[in-house]
Amino acid sequence: MRIGLFATCLGDTLFPEAVKSTAVLLARLGHDVVFPPDQTCCGQMHVNTGYQREPVPLVRRFAEQFGDASIDAVVMPSGSCAGCVRHQHEIVAERYGDASLRAGVATVKAKTYELSEFLVDVLGVSQVGAYFPHRVTYHPTCHSLRMLRVGDKPLKLLRAVEGIDLVELPEADSCCGFGGTFAVKNAETSTAMLQDKMRNIATTEAAVCTAGDSSCLMHIAGGLSRIRSGTRTLHLAQILGSTRIAPYALTEAAR
Amino acid sequence: MSTFLGMPAAPPRSPYGTGNLRGDRKFPKAAHDELRNEQLRRNLGRATRTIRTKRLGVTGELPDWEQLRDAGSAIKTDTMNRLPELLEQLEQKVTEHGGTVHWARDGAEANEIVARLIRATGSSDVIKVKSMATQEIGLNEHLESIGITPYETDLAELIVQLADDKPSHILVPAIHRNRDEIRQIFLDEIPGVDPDLDNVPAHLAAAARVHLREKFMTTKVAVSGANFGIAETGTLSVVESEGNGRMCLTLPDTLITVMGIEKVLPRYQDLEVFLQLLPRSSTGERMNPYTSMWTGVTPGDGPQDFHLVLLDNGRTAALADTIGREALNCIRCSACLNVCPVYERTGGHAYGSTYPGPIGAVLTPQLAGMDAAKDDPNSSLPYASSLCGACFDACPVKIDIPSMLVELRHQHTEQSGTTAEKLAMKAAAGVMKRPKLFTAAQKGAALGRIAGGPSGTISHLPAPLSGWSDSRDTAAPPKQTFRAWLASAEGAATMSAAAEEGARRTADDHKEDR
Ligand code: SF4
Repeated sequence: MRIGLFATCLGDTLFPEAVKSTAVLLARLGHDVVFPPDQTCCGQMHVNTGYQREPVPLVRRFAEQFGDASIDAVVMPSGSCAGCVRHQHEIVAERYGDASLRAGVATVKAKTYELSEFLVDVLGVSQVGAYFPHRVTYHPTCHSLRMLRVGDKPLKLLRAVEGIDLVELPEADSCCGFGGTFAVKNAETSTAMLQDKMRNIATTEAAVCTAGDSSCLMHIAGGLSRIRSGTRTLHLAQILGSTRIAPYALTEAAR
Repeated sequence: MSTFLGMPAAPPRSPYGTGNLRGDRKFPKAAHDELRNEQLRRNLGRATRTIRTKRLGVTGELPDWEQLRDAGSAIKTDTMNRLPELLEQLEQKVTEHGGTVHWARDGAEANEIVARLIRATGSSDVIKVKSMATQEIGLNEHLESIGITPYETDLAELIVQLADDKPSHILVPAIHRNRDEIRQIFLDEIPGVDPDLDNVPAHLAAAARVHLREKFMTTKVAVSGANFGIAETGTLSVVESEGNGRMCLTLPDTLITVMGIEKVLPRYQDLEVFLQLLPRSSTGERMNPYTSMWTGVTPGDGPQDFHLVLLDNGRTAALADTIGREALNCIRCSACLNVCPVYERTGGHAYGSTYPGPIGAVLTPQLAGMDAAKDDPNSSLPYASSLCGACFDACPVKIDIPSMLVELRHQHTEQSGTTAEKLAMKAAAGVMKRPKLFTAAQKGAALGRIAGGPSGTISHLPAPLSGWSDSRDTAAPPKQTFRAWLASAEGAATMSAAAEEGARRTADDHKEDR
C-alpha cells in the first residue's frame, strides 16, 4: 500500500520521535510511506477554539496534499487530528468552502486513519514485531475513544508486544483535562482533572503511560514532570516501533 | 390565540438581567472559587460517581436501550420540526378539558401571569413542585418581591431554599451539600425543629416531612413544572421520587403549571419511550416512584382550577438556529452532568445558570444569548468543556453536545469582532498555510530550546500561557523536526533499512502463502 504520512504540526515540530516510529513501523510492515512535503496542520486547534474561517486554507492544503489517487491511505499518529479530518473538515468546507473543496475533503476523509485503527482494521495486524520489556499503562484519549471509536484496538496492539507488562489504568476513560486551548482558558479546571489522572497513573506503578495522541501526552508529561513522578510518557507508536534489534531506550522518554 | 412561532423575524432571547440564565462572572473566575472548596469537590465526586455506576447498571440491562435512545431522539426531532402545530393542539385539548392556557414570551411575562393568578385566589402562600422552568425565570424571587411566599416541597429544593442557596444540579439541587450541612440548615431555618436532630438521613427526611405536611394541608395554590405535555390529549405529567409533587398536584384548589414550550410530545404513546429513558438516565432507577398525570380539570377530584403557562423565554430563538435547536431535545435527565469531568470538579454554580453542566453550556447561551453585553459571562460557557465527549455518549436522546459547543464557540468568535486571540489564530493559520513559513517557524520553535536551559524543561511561560505552566512543565523543543530528520542522511538510511526489512517480510509472507 502507498501510505501518505501526516506528521501533524505538533508531531513534526515537538514530538518527531513518535512520527519517526510511525514511519519506520509502516515501512517495516512492507508499505510504501510517502511524506507530502507541503503538509502543515489539520486546523484542529482553530476549529475547536471556535474559528472556522481561518482554517479554510489549511483544510484545502490537506486535501491537496493527500488527495492524490496514488495515495491509498492517509495515516497519522494522532486520534484527535484524525478526528478533525474525518469530522470537522467537512463542517468547515460546508460553511466556507466551494464545491471543489467539499469534494476534496470527502475524498480524503474516506481514506484517513489514526495509526492503531489503520493497523488493526485496514492491515489486519495486531502483532507488529515489537519488543518493549517495561511496565506500561494505557490512557485512551477522548478523541480516539469517542470521536473515532478506536475501542480496544490500541490495547490489542499493546498486548501483542513482546516483554510488555501491561497494567490497566483505573478510570481510564475519564478525560486527562487537556482539551487543547481548554488547558489554557480553564487552566485550573484542567489541572484538577490532570491531578486525578496522575493519581490513577501512580497506582499502576507503570514506568510508562502511553496513548495515541502526543497532545494529551504533552499535558500528562508536563504534570508528571512537575511532581517529579517516576512515570514517563511515550506515544503508542514508539512502543510499537521498539524492537529487539533497536529497542527503545527508556531514558529518552519524555518526563 | 396563535403563537409567534415560525415567523421570519429574529425571535427574542431571554432578556438580559432577568431570571437565572446568566451568572455575574465568567466560568473560569467562578470555577476558581468552587475548585478551592475541597468539601464540595468530595461531595460532588462521590455523588456523581454513585449515580454514574447506577445508571450504567440499569441502562446495560435493557437489550433495546440503543433503540430507545434512537426513538427518543426521533420523537424529539419530530416535535421540534412541528412545534407550533403541536402547541396549538395542546392548547386546544387543555382548554377542552377545562384548563386555561396562557402564553408567555419571556420570564417576566410568565412571572406576572403566575402572580396575577395567585392573587386572584386571595392566597399569599404557594407550594411548589420542583421545576426547572420556574427556577429559570426566577419565579420565587418575583413572588417574594410582591409579598407571596413560595414553599419548595422537593426535599433537595427545600434545602437549597432554606439555605438561601442556588441549586447546583438539575436533578439533585443540593448535591453539593452533605448530611452535616443539611442538619445545620434545618436547625437554623425550620421553625420548631427538634434541637436534638441528628444527621441520619431518615431523621432529616422526617423533620422535612413534618414541616411540609403542614404546608400541604393548608395551602390552596400550587405551582408546578411539567416533564411532558401531550398534544394529543392535553395531559400534563410530572415524574418525581418523593411524592411531594403528587401532594401539590392533587391537594390544592388551584394548580398553575409553567412549562417550557419544548416539553410538548405529540402522542400519549410517546410516554412509553420517555418514561423508560428518563428515570434510568437520571437517577439510575428502572422506574421513578411517582408519575403524576392530569388532564384539565376533573369535577370533584383534585384542583378545580388549572392553568398552563407556556413559556418561550428564548426557546423560539434556539429553534431558529438550525444547529443549536437540537439542544431543545433535552429532557433534563442530568446524565450529561454526572459524566462530565468539568462539572464533577466545579459543580453547578460555576455555570451561573439554572442549567449547569454540558447541556447548560449549550442551552444557556441558546436561550439567553452569549454576547448580549460586553464581557457577557455566558460567552465563557461554550469553552467550559474539554470536548471529551462523555456527555454525548450518556445522553438518552443523543444530543451531540460537543459539536454544538464547537459551533457556539464559532458563533461567539464571529460575533465578537477582532480580538487578540482572533489575530493570533489568523496569524497561525497564515503561517501554517505556507509550508516555507511553517518550516521557518519550526526553526524558531527550536530556539525554545534556549528557554529550556540545561534541564531541557520550561517551567514558566508568559501570559496567556501562564495558567498552563502553573501546573505543567513543558519539554523544550527537540533539535530536529521530523521533516528535517526525514531529509537527513540518517533519516534516509533508517527509512531505507526499514523498507528493506518490509520487502523481506512481504517476500516471506508470499512464500508462506505458496
Ligand atoms: S442533554 Fe441529554 S443527558 Fe443532558 S440533561 Fe439533557 S437529555 Fe439528559
